[in-house]
Amino acid sequence: MTMLDTPIHLEYTFTPGIAQSRFLRGLAEGRFVGQRCPVCGKVYIPSRGSCPVDGVPTGEDVALPDTGIVTTYCVVNVPFAGQAIEIPYIAAQVLLDGANISFMGLIQEIPATDVRMGMRVQAVWVEPDELGPTLASVKYFKPTGGPDAPYESFEEYL
Amino acid sequence: MAEGDALIAAHVLDYPYSRSVGPVIGAFLTGLRDGRIVGARTPSGGVVVPPTEYDPQTGEDVGEIVEVGPAGTVESWAWVTTPGPKQPLDHPFAYALIRLDGATTSMLHVVDAGSPDALATGDRVVPRWKPAADRIGHVLDIEAFVPEGASGGGAASGGATATAGSAAGGAS
Repeated sequence: MTMLDTPIHLEYTFTPGIAQSRFLRGLAEGRFVGQRCPVCGKVYIPSRGSCPVDGVPTGEDVALPDTGIVTTYCVVNVPFAGQAIEIPYIAAQVLLDGANISFMGLIQEIPATDVRMGMRVQAVWVEPDELGPTLASVKYFKPTGGPDAPYESFEEYL
Repeated sequence: MAEGDALIAAHVLDYPYSRSVGPVIGAFLTGLRDGRIVGARTPSGGVVVPPTEYDPQTGEDVGEIVEVGPAGTVESWAWVTTPGPKQPLDHPFAYALIRLDGATTSMLHVVDAGSPDALATGDRVVPRWKPAADRIGHVLDIEAFVPEGASGGGAASGGATATAGSAAGGAS
């Protein structure tokens, strides 16, 4: 005996909480739902249920469009265990129009060398019958071809 | 599935680890696959079972690998009334510290005694092996220890004739 298999199997019951459940249910309907802080007015997506600046609940749901910009991005060329996507791929921070925080999304339908900070993108959703309460409902973001956002317009989100 | 406003989902994480076992634990696992229990002789005169690569008393490297048991003495035990899904037996049993004959340490294993009334510290127990073809070099190649003289105990004692367990999968 030189090797021993020691697999670890963990079963969780996971709850994302009330605020993120609203976000996930929105995804199941093919739309983005964020929440606005009643004090500073910033819109968070996905919302954690409270404003990290003001420490107050973010009770108001805000429907956001599925368009936005790439604030920053990474071209992934390195394979790693458990990788679900074929390399190279682009993991980007996407700032939806009307949101005050970015979240991570894939960028496709463009060569990795052509991706830019400030590039305008739009979500590509899975087929309607495949939508579910999961980020997998968004296949990726694709360029819209619109003019890039000026750096000054998103520098506070980097 | 929803509870109140919050979603709930079942998540599973699987880590398919494998690890090298080294010469000492490797000898122990190889012994189990072959139906034998071995320990390591230490410079301070003990026999450690399961073997460690060092003398627990002095930290020195252990020496020769020696066969122990297969019978042993229960030094301490705890009865499991309602076994969980990951536990080694599906009916009530004891976890016990067993000092195998020839060993100077005790080994944690399972005693399939039927009832806590049938088990006492100091009792003599023997291993009940899995069939040779099912042994893979794992501590549960011994299904359980059973009271010496109980039916089924030592039934697979012809372990030295075991075929290599590689067909049983996983380990090599």
